[in-house]
Formats: sequence, structure tokens, C-alpha cells
Amino acid sequence: MLLTEASVLGTKSAAKLRAEHLGMVYDRDGESLPVLEDINLDVDDGEFVCLVGPSGCGKSTLLNAMAGFLSPTSGSVRIDGEVVTGPDPRRILVFQDRGVFPWLTVEGNIGFGLSKLSRAERTQRIAHYVKTVRLEGFENSYPSDLSGGMKQRLQVARALAVNPDILFLDEPFGALDSITRVIMRGELLRIWQTERRTIFFVTHDIDEAVQLADRVVVLSSRPAQIKDVLTIDMAHPRNISSNRYLELRDELLKQIGLAYEI
Amino acid sequence: MNSLGQPRAWERFFWPVVAAALLLAFWHYSVVWTATKVFPSPLSVEKGIAELAAKHVLWADIGDSLRRVAIGFGLAVVIGIPFGLWLGWSPAANQTVNPVIQLLRPISPIAWIPVAIIFFGVGDHAAIFLIFLGSLFPILVACVSGVSSVPPIFRNAGRNFGLSTPQLLARVVFPAALPQILIGARIALGIAWLVVVAAEMIAVDSGLGYLVIDSRNSGKRYDLVVAAMLIIGVIGLALDFCIRRLERIESVRWGFRNAS
Amino acid sequence: MKLFERLRPLLLVAVLLVIWEIAIDLHPGNILPGPIAVAGGILDLLQHGLLLKYVVASLFRVTWGFALAVFIAIPLGLALGWYRRGEMAFNPLVQIFRPISPLAWIPIAILWFGVGDLAAIFLIFVGCFFPLLLTAMNAVHNIPADYINAGRNFGLSQRAFVSRILYPAVIPQLLVGLRVTLGVAWLVVVAAEMISVNSGLGFLIVDARNAGNRYDLVVAGMVIIGFIGLLLDLGMQSFERMKSFRWINSEG
Repeated sequence: MLLTEASVLGTKSAAKLRAEHLGMVYDRDGESLPVLEDINLDVDDGEFVCLVGPSGCGKSTLLNAMAGFLSPTSGSVRIDGEVVTGPDPRRILVFQDRGVFPWLTVEGNIGFGLSKLSRAERTQRIAHYVKTVRLEGFENSYPSDLSGGMKQRLQVARALAVNPDILFLDEPFGALDSITRVIMRGELLRIWQTERRTIFFVTHDIDEAVQLADRVVVLSSRPAQIKDVLTIDMAHPRNISSNRYLELRDELLKQIGLAYEI
Repeated sequence: MNSLGQPRAWERFFWPVVAAALLLAFWHYSVVWTATKVFPSPLSVEKGIAELAAKHVLWADIGDSLRRVAIGFGLAVVIGIPFGLWLGWSPAANQTVNPVIQLLRPISPIAWIPVAIIFFGVGDHAAIFLIFLGSLFPILVACVSGVSSVPPIFRNAGRNFGLSTPQLLARVVFPAALPQILIGARIALGIAWLVVVAAEMIAVDSGLGYLVIDSRNSGKRYDLVVAAMLIIGVIGLALDFCIRRLERIESVRWGFRNAS
Repeated sequence: MKLFERLRPLLLVAVLLVIWEIAIDLHPGNILPGPIAVAGGILDLLQHGLLLKYVVASLFRVTWGFALAVFIAIPLGLALGWYRRGEMAFNPLVQIFRPISPLAWIPIAILWFGVGDLAAIFLIFVGCFFPLLLTAMNAVHNIPADYINAGRNFGLSQRAFVSRILYPAVIPQLLVGLRVTLGVAWLVVVAAEMISVNSGLGFLIVDARNAGNRYDLVVAGMVIIGFIGLLLDLGMQSFERMKSFRWINSEG
């Protein structure tokens, strides 16, 4: 797929999330280390966008900058037109590992951001999301009693409970075994289709990107720039043995620079 | 872990009993063989314990010692934890205050006695002050260490959900650091128990420490001395046991999962 | 910024000293000395040659008591940690003796050793023995099973196993335990000297007070105790960082 204005910038008018000339330079012992260079990216409302790239290329840095945990050294990130200056409950980040609070139960975690609601509302919302991520029966369990996949589901529930506009996910399934990963992808899609948030998902797994995303953004290695944006024009549920899927996958592999024969 | 195979359940009681029996036998026979007139035999110590218990003095002394520990340790917790959390949270504060702490920490609470007596006179308050001093430092150290080992992910998640700094400290940093703080509290309690006995030997006239020194001074009653020592040991062990149970509470247990 | 950061702690100390001095000056009848009087006291001790004498005496006792405890408790603790039955047998006894303040042993110490150096050394030994024993036992428990299995896998003899697997694996924890226990030893020696001997920093404190209410010397003694204790701790820390132990911080 060619790099066109349209695929990079989506439809200009409805951009939910926009990164403009985003750059990040780290200062280490007096030496400047450019990590991100001139990133321009639009994400529409309700879109599912994946970010892939080689290990260590700056994917997480870009994610953290967009979520407001890092300040870019140049350029800006806007969400709904507003410049992002710090973390905010309207855009929740789901971490790869150990994101849930081990001292709170499942209910406690999900209800973490809900302190401003009335008691009744809180209980109701917690119950709703326990059901959404299928953790019924575990409401009073502690994270140490849950499996890796369940903990990630809990994180997603906690994130969704505060009704964020955007969900950022930083390789959320990276620490799970491959079977669980496949199941979790299905779960995430199911939730996305019912709750319809904007999702920005970082992964190093190419199959994952092609299976989940509406568009896939490919990042080059450091200093990272947007190498390409692939539009996945397959409807869900996607047949991962179909020719179209394999074509897209191969295209992605090529973009990253990997051969498809081992 | 050794070549003799896994120990069985009954052995948990068998071996300590054997060891204790051996020790008692060794003790008894050394007293007999050396024909010492002063050092007590196990039997006389046992009688000594009974004597103390009957005289009511024992219970008053135990009460006094425990009371002093409760107040001194309690003060150290109430003051030390917020202060320690602040030091852990603000690297600038820690860097500034830490040298002062490092200078004061190696001064044995006992060395503070003359100063304590000037401020508080001979009695309870001096002892409580010393216990407070001894317990404060392990708690401070544990708080600083606990806060700095809170993974940044938790802080970030807290901020993500819109928590202000005081809320972050209370709802994320403190619970996350609690396992470490508990460890410090356990150490502090152990020290408190050591200090109270020592303080009572020097600066007050009641309590288990006083009992030890008084038994010797007024009549060379070494049977009571050793009896008091054993009681001190047992109560200290009980205190440790109690605070260990706190580690089992659900909202802290996660921090101890990896411990043996 | 960096210079200010370095000066900050000194500023705090200076501020505290000033407050201390002012507080004393405002209460002229007070027996407690201000920092200036304390400094004078330290000089006083230096001039009379007492400072060095007392510091050496205290260090001497600490060294002996601590060393004895190390050479007995550590091998014993390692052995007990390794042989489960041994630990089962002695752990309850250790747990009962550990909370007994070393000072509570004073009557026994004096009975056995009379008043003097030996009694003080014995007290330090007692104060260090149980913590070191427990440290060694715990260190053995915390050896990762992987190391032990690797040792078995490579068919190491008993001796080789101890020197090539056991010893390196327990060193990090032992070093930390040694440092903490050295701190304990320093606390005990001061307390012991306040009661049972005629020299040393602890003795200085009681003596200065008893023979003439020289509180400037009392507090001078406290300051010196704090200072030397700190030096001991820093010394142990740099020992931990020595080259041959560098790998400890690099291991995963």
C-alpha cells in the first residue's frame, strides 16, 4: 500500500487524535538521542489503529507521548482539538504487565476511577464491566488469584469503567502465552464492537495487527518515522486463512523488512 | 534439600523437643558438675517463674514493659510513617534529611539516657522516648525504601485516573509500599522490645528489665534473673508473632507471596 | 543546581545547630550544652588524649565480639539452613533467645566474666550471634533452586558445591546481614560500656555525667558515637562494592 495523504491523515475533519510533527529527543549524558522524528498521524473516532515496528524503535515512547505521560520535544498531540499536556482519565493506558493494583480486589480495581460517582452508580457500573470482560464470580478475588489473561481483562475493565474517549494499549497481550493471546484478541474485538471506543494499540506481533486493526501504522527503526500505513479492508470476523489476509500480512512483513520464508 | 529425604510432619515437633531436652540436660548437668553455688539450675528457674507469677509483681512488670512499648512504638509509627512517606516521595527532601538521619541512627538509644533524663526525669516518659527513638529509624528507612520501590507503572496509572498528589500518595503509593513498611515495623517492634528492657535496667524502676537487675542486686537471685530473661524472650517472640499475622491480611499479602 | 543539591544537607545541619544553640542560650539555667560547648568538649577530650583511647577501646571490643560471632554463627547458620532437621530442632530455641536484649545478659555476663572487657565482648557476641545465625539460615533458603539443580546437574562434589555454588550464592545476603549486625554491635558496645567497664565511649557518657555533670562531654560522646557508627556503616558499604563482589549487582 502506498503512503498517501489520505491513509496517513484519515479524514481530516473528524480526527479524534492528531499527532503533528511529533518529535522526541532524549538527552543522555550530554548526548542527544533522537527517538521519534516528525510523526504525523490522525486517528478517527471509533477507529482501531495498530502501531507496529521493530523492537526498541520507539513505539512505547510514541504511545506514552500520545497518552500524555511524556512531553514531546517538538510538535504536539491533540485530542479533540485540545493539546495533550498530561495524563487524563479521558485517555486510559493499558500496560503490558502488572498494571492492576495487587492490593485491591477485582471490584476495587474496576471501581478505582469511579470515586466521583454515587454509590449506586458505582456498583452498577462495576457490575456491568465485570460482566463485559467475563470475570463474573471473581468480584472479590485479588489479582494474585487471577491468571495473566484475567489480569489483562481486569485492566481493560478498569480502563473502560471511566468511560474514556481513547484507549491506549501497550502490547497488552505480550506477556501471555499464544493461545491466551488469540482468545484475548477476540475478547477485545467483541468489547470494541459493543462499546466502540477509539483504540490505539501497540504491538510487535504482525498477525495481531492484521487481525485487529482498521489501519496499521508501521514505524521504522530509531529514529522512528512513519514508514507506512496499511488499511486493512477486511470486515470482521476476519478469516485468517483467506488470501486477502495473507496478502496483507505479507505486505506488512515486507514493510518491516522481514522475509516470509524461514 | 539434603540427602536424608523430606522431613515428615511429626518431625516438626520432634526435633525442637529433642534440642530443648538436650539443652536442658546440658544445663542441668553443668550446674551439678561445676557445683556452682550461684548459677541456677533449670528446676530452680522453674520455681522462680512460679514464685514471680504468684507474687503479682510479675504481671505488673510485664504490663509496664508492654505499655511503654505500645506507646513508644505507636508514636514511632504515627510520626514515622507520614514523615517517611514524604522522604520517600521527594528525592530532594530525602537527599537533604538523610545525612542527619544517618548520623543519629548509630547512636544507641541507651546513649541518649542522660539527655532523656534531663528532659523527662527518671521514669516512664524517658523510657518511652528511648523506645520511640529506637523504633523510629527502621520505620523511616522502610518507608523510604518502600516508596522508592513502587513501580512507576502504579504511579502512572494513578495519575492516568486523574488523582492529585495527596490522593496518589494515599491510594496508590501507601498501599503499594505497605508490605515493605510492615517489614520495617516488625523490625522496629523487635528493637522496641530490646530497648525497653535495656531502658528499664538503667532508667526506671519497674518492668521486666528492672526485674532482671533488681533480682541480682537485691539478693543475687540468679534463678529469678534467668526466669525473667526467659519470660522476656517468650514475650518478645509473641510480639513478633502478632505482627507477623498482619502480613497475612489480604490487602498486604500480595507483597509477601515471594517470601518463603 | 548540582552544587546547591550538595550543600542542602549541610544547610539543614547548620540550621538545626543554630536552633539548638539559640534554644540553649534562651534557657541559661539549663544543664544541656549547646553545639559550641559540645565542640569544646570534643577538643577537650582530644587534648587529654582520652578521645583516641576511648574510641580504640570501644572498637577493640566491637571487633572481638563481632568477629567471634561471625566465625561461629555464620558457618553454623549455613549448616542449619542446609539441613532442614537441624533447623527444625534449633529454630524455636533461637526465636526465644533472640528477643532477649543483650543487656539483660549483663548479670550472667558479670557472673561468668567479672567486670571488664570480657563481659563486654560477651555481650556484643550475644547481640550479634542470633541475628547472624538467622541471616545465614535465610540466605541458604533463598538460594534459587536453579543454582542448586545446576550444581547437581554438573555432578559437583560436596566440597566443590559448597565453594562454587553455595558460597557465591549466599554472599550478597550475608554481606547485608553483616552490615546490619555491625550496626547492632556498635549499639550494644556503647550500652554495655555504660554499665560494665571502665573505658570506652559508653563509659565516657556515664562517667562524664556522674563525675561532675559534664554534659558537654556527654553530648560530645554521643556525637562521636554517631560519627564512628556512620563510618563503620559506610566502610561496610564500600566493602560490599569491592570488585570481587561487583557481580552481585549485575546479576539478574
